[in-house]
Amino acid sequence: MIDSKQTPARLARWLVPRAVALAAALSLTSAAAIPAAEPIKIGVIGEESSVAGASITKAAQMAADDINAHGGVNGRQVMVITYDDHSSSSDAVRAFQRAVTEDKVSAVIGSYISEVALAIEPWSGRMHMPFITPGAASTDISKHVHDDYAQYKYTFHGWLTSAFIAQSICDFEHDTIVKDFHAKTTVVMSEDAAWTTPLDAQYLDCLPKAGLKVLDHIRFNPDTTDFTPIFNKIEGEHPDVITTGISHVGVQPTVQWHDQRVPIAMAGQSSQATTSTFWKDTNGDAEGVITASAAAPGVAITPGTIPFTDAYIKRFGSSPAYDGYTTYDDVHIIADAIKRAGSTDPDKIVAEMEKTDYVGTIGKVQFYGQSDQYTHAIKYGPGLVTGVDIQWQNGKQVTIWPRDKANGKITFPAAIKSPH
Amino acid sequence: MTALQILIDGFAISALYALAAVGFTLIFGVSGVLNLSHGGIMLVAALIGWWAAGDLGLGVYGGTLVGILAGLLTAYLTYFVVVRPIQRSRKIPREETEIFVLTGTLLWGIMIQVGMAALFSDNPVTMRPLIRGVVDIFGVRTPKNEIMIAVVCWVVIGLLWLLINRTRVGKSMLAASINPRGLTLLGFDLSRIYFLVWSIYGTLAGIAGVLLASFLGVGTANAGQLTASAFSIVVLGGLGSVSGSLLAAFVVGYLETITAYLLNPTLRPIPALLLLVLVVYLRPQGLLGRR
Repeated sequence: MIDSKQTPARLARWLVPRAVALAAALSLTSAAAIPAAEPIKIGVIGEESSVAGASITKAAQMAADDINAHGGVNGRQVMVITYDDHSSSSDAVRAFQRAVTEDKVSAVIGSYISEVALAIEPWSGRMHMPFITPGAASTDISKHVHDDYAQYKYTFHGWLTSAFIAQSICDFEHDTIVKDFHAKTTVVMSEDAAWTTPLDAQYLDCLPKAGLKVLDHIRFNPDTTDFTPIFNKIEGEHPDVITTGISHVGVQPTVQWHDQRVPIAMAGQSSQATTSTFWKDTNGDAEGVITASAAAPGVAITPGTIPFTDAYIKRFGSSPAYDGYTTYDDVHIIADAIKRAGSTDPDKIVAEMEKTDYVGTIGKVQFYGQSDQYTHAIKYGPGLVTGVDIQWQNGKQVTIWPRDKANGKITFPAAIKSPH
Repeated sequence: MTALQILIDGFAISALYALAAVGFTLIFGVSGVLNLSHGGIMLVAALIGWWAAGDLGLGVYGGTLVGILAGLLTAYLTYFVVVRPIQRSRKIPREETEIFVLTGTLLWGIMIQVGMAALFSDNPVTMRPLIRGVVDIFGVRTPKNEIMIAVVCWVVIGLLWLLINRTRVGKSMLAASINPRGLTLLGFDLSRIYFLVWSIYGTLAGIAGVLLASFLGVGTANAGQLTASAFSIVVLGGLGSVSGSLLAAFVVGYLETITAYLLNPTLRPIPALLLLVLVVYLRPQGLLGRR
């Protein structure tokens, strides 16, 4: 209260600090009102308790830190808000809704599980929120965008579709296992999941073209823990190589394959084997296992690959899973789109993301257009993104394909008799 | 050839099922507790064993011991933190105690599972086998570890049988399962018997968890499945009947193995579950059950 008996000096003592505080408060409020200082928020939905899912949130934070260290986007900082969906579609949808309605993000990156990405996709359309999945593989994600572009155009597919993963593996097996080891036959062994349906369809189409006769096609429940009967059946068919499509399982079939001395090589997609912890989880039984991946430590797919991998290992103690690479690229792709659009308007972001031509950590990233079969999925092919094939050798992931990126050759442990 | 393969594989998996289920049924028989955190306790043994063997550098034998110890400690924790407070609570009506224990252990099991996933991720892990290598049994390539697991399971079950039928404490446990009130009147301390039975249970679950980790591998996602399989074996065999559980473990183990080999690996658990439904209809007390 101001007392009428106050002297001017006392009044000044009362008034001045308050005026200064008021001015400071006003200036802060007006600063907050200037959009340039507000951070650009990107929601990142991961699966913290799985190795692949945890790579998503870690790599996103790294990308945001790097962008901010270089001045941000149009003078604004990038802020990553992370959510854990516990590998559950309903948790993921809730996280997505929260990100949009409460946290006011400008775009969302999420999940390596196809079922989860497919659950988020319609919400991305309804809420007009740009969404990109860095690790899911189902071809249905881009098929939905193709079939109903107006509704689904906000969804992008930041990793190779199952069909391209299968094609990449067929190309690899043709170039190495067929040409160098004279393999002629294979058995396809896949877990029963959304991502493997199109994967297997493509396998059955492209493996014969690659020179491998498919002797059998085995799909098993992802809850399977005892793989002995499966390996037993496969061994009875005498294929030269087992072509895998596994992601939910990995450690268990690998250890049992080793302990039972199954004499047939395993190649294909074994997502758990793309992470550096796989060696420890299998006690070294991963020796000789071949899997496709986005990138591998020590291999310069682009000038950005090694610096990112090294920085990630330094910060988190293990190498990124395949979706760590793609997430790191995706944050940059979104940031660049916002920079070019000069706005966080979702339609403008989508329009700019469609023009993406970005050399990231896994290759040159471009998205297929509205008239292509896989609308908004990343383009596959030489000079774009092909992925790599790695083999576990003495505790290290050695890149064996494509040949121009390879830093080692295929060698099989003594127990493996085929292919030779 | 396939027949022999089924015989060998089925035997190993059944022995492991039996070991895991025996402790589960013992606890029910003696103290009336259906412990739905069973899979969680096996999980702790497996993951801590794996961690101690690798990250702590204790090697496979040290890791195995630490794993079993971790299983035992988790069983004690389950008893003292979850089960006993519910049993002794005056706020819970007597007739509802069992349902509260059921719910309490179920939630506790989920807490263990989620906690372990946060600590170790949900990637499955495998312990290095105690013995490496394979032997040829009439043309069937069998990992030596698989044979050893079957042997260890039977030795442990045999020791348990001796303990129950040939020792004084074992007989008091048996008596507790038949007439706890009578035992109290004879001057036995029931809580000591319960402590003993939880000790046996924890050790068995610990051994089963560690062996499972070295045989098939264990991940946090398996916890529910492990509880469910022990539960269905025990219901099939007759709740509280140890010999019934042994029989049921072999019925389930072989049914699963035969299905996986001759029909389709994906259908593996189905016939055993159908049998369970049939037993519940036709013989609700189970194959060898008393109640």
